[in-house]
Amino acid sequence: MADHSDNNAYWAANMRIIKISLVIWFIVSFGFGIILRPLLAGIPVGGTDLGFWFAQQGSILVFLVLIFVYAARMNKLDKEFGVDE
Amino acid sequence: MDQFTLNLLVVGATFALYIGIAIWARAGSTSEFYAAGRGVHPVMNGMATGADWMSAASFISMAGIIAFGGYDTSAYLMGWTGGYVLLAMLLAPYLRKFGKFTVPEFIGDRFYSPTARLVAVICLIVASVTYVIGQMTGVGVAFSRFLEVSNATGLYIGAAIVFLYAVLGGMKGITYTQVAQYVVLIIAYTIPAVFISLQLTGNPIPGLGLFSSDVTTGEPILSTLNGLLADLGFASYTEQHDTTLNMFLFTMSLMIGTAGLPHVIVRFFTVPKVSDARSSAGWALVFIALLYLTAPAVGAMARMNLINTVYPNGTTEAPLAYDARPDWVSNWEKTGLLTFDDKNGDGLINYVGDAGANELDVNRDIMVLANPEIAQLPGWVIALIAAGGLAAALSTAAGLLLAISSAVSHDLIKGRLNPAISEKNELLAARVSMAVAIVVATYLGLNPPGFAAQTVALAFGLAASSIFPALMMGIFSKTINNKGAVAGMLAGLGITLLYIFLHKGWFFIPNTNSFTDADPLLLSIKSTSFGAIGALINFVVAYFVSKSTGAVPAHVVELVESIRIPRGAGSAQDH
Repeated sequence: MADHSDNNAYWAANMRIIKISLVIWFIVSFGFGIILRPLLAGIPVGGTDLGFWFAQQGSILVFLVLIFVYAARMNKLDKEFGVDE
Repeated sequence: MDQFTLNLLVVGATFALYIGIAIWARAGSTSEFYAAGRGVHPVMNGMATGADWMSAASFISMAGIIAFGGYDTSAYLMGWTGGYVLLAMLLAPYLRKFGKFTVPEFIGDRFYSPTARLVAVICLIVASVTYVIGQMTGVGVAFSRFLEVSNATGLYIGAAIVFLYAVLGGMKGITYTQVAQYVVLIIAYTIPAVFISLQLTGNPIPGLGLFSSDVTTGEPILSTLNGLLADLGFASYTEQHDTTLNMFLFTMSLMIGTAGLPHVIVRFFTVPKVSDARSSAGWALVFIALLYLTAPAVGAMARMNLINTVYPNGTTEAPLAYDARPDWVSNWEKTGLLTFDDKNGDGLINYVGDAGANELDVNRDIMVLANPEIAQLPGWVIALIAAGGLAAALSTAAGLLLAISSAVSHDLIKGRLNPAISEKNELLAARVSMAVAIVVATYLGLNPPGFAAQTVALAFGLAASSIFPALMMGIFSKTINNKGAVAGMLAGLGITLLYIFLHKGWFFIPNTNSFTDADPLLLSIKSTSFGAIGALINFVVAYFVSKSTGAVPAHVVELVESIRIPRGAGSAQDH
């Protein structure tokens, strides 16, 4: 088992990855899909605009990428700190 | 072979498959019953999570709601997928490391309080029972149409089958059955969508077809649809009609509700390692996205096909005569879920935006099931969609009943009333509580507070306001104490329940409501969107109560530190 300060550093690194991921999570769904949609109204996508696309499909695709990137980065982090199984 | 026989054959074959798997993989111990022995592969678990979680609401109801609501209903799409990001990063890996059987068990240990565990059990039961009501509504719709019986009879048949099925299962049986149910439901959902997308746009992938051009007009189909809707006086499909505030809060409630639903969380207790819990959330979302990327296309295309059916010569010409209505219209009329009222007595089906003049009322819950018939697809596709809808409802109902019964038998009876209970009696208690839950859900399913997806949305609000904040604070804070957690959960659940009852009627009994969602109590916040506010209140109350009542004991701080580190989860595998 790694010592206490290592565990704190591991947790801090995890929190940093989570924060970045959640900012992206928020921007693509609540941002592009809802609040910022009027700003994206000028970009046409198949009979409607980019905001509509993000709200109905784009955000889901980004969510998928986010989870797998998070899982991969955490696996790497687990090995670096020697806390993997 | 007629359609009815074909339906019976296909549905019967899938049921035989599920029951066969349930018997093959039945649980032999409490570890297998509650957590499938913690030996499920992450991809397999992701698929089972997809089936567990994609319910009658996702399969039957959601595309219908999108068809009639357009852009505003994007909240369902984002909300029910975005929650998996929160699960993967904020809850699943740490709860897997904790390594116990139920969600209330974690809350009880982390907040070193049997009261907190009891409150969590109450929150879990309220949210899960509300969720089961949504499933029962969906089961009733599917059975009533395909077995050609009334909605109520359909509900009774559905309840009986769900009950049989859940009692056979246990988590191990349920998991492997859900894998089969996922395969059935995704095939059933995709095949008709591919046919319809090819008919309308020439593109075989429905998700891309949605943004492609109509084969007859050459215009993008969403523009064509908007044009048809405008001709008939309906609201535009792609514009926003809801307020931004309500849409924001509704999406947020669905997201944190997804992450807080106990029957979804316990799925991540079944994988062998912490890293598997993270990737399993990703695989779950892959399998869910296959349906969710298709659903908006199904919604828009179903609406177009409905309009084209009623107005065969275009929206500027006279609509179809009632006597010339296609078979699917008369079939659905028998269920009472589609009604025609010839208000102006001209014998034509006037389907228009003005509620006073509109003569055709289509229940949103029938759109997906009726879709293959509306598009005149072959009989076996119609039978397949019946099997898919039932797979979706049954798999979710089984998962929910397991969550409810394990809360009662493991947390309430073993954890509180009778810690010395034998394993055999604990399983018996689990089955009896399943029976009670399903009777209550059936009664409420007969008098549902909304369409299946809306009822389910309420359950998400309840999970969002009570369970999600408690779990998150339990993992990410070392200062929230027992009193803070209990006060937070009670405040969040209480105020959300109050807001829902004020709008939907006390205990969902019709006509006891003081407000309606069309004219809500606070700003433009509908009762389905209030979960996010409830969660915020939960966080705030827990923070201030903890601050004024003292520190968390050292052994609990150690517990929090240990669940944050993945190593050692395997040792919790067999206990």
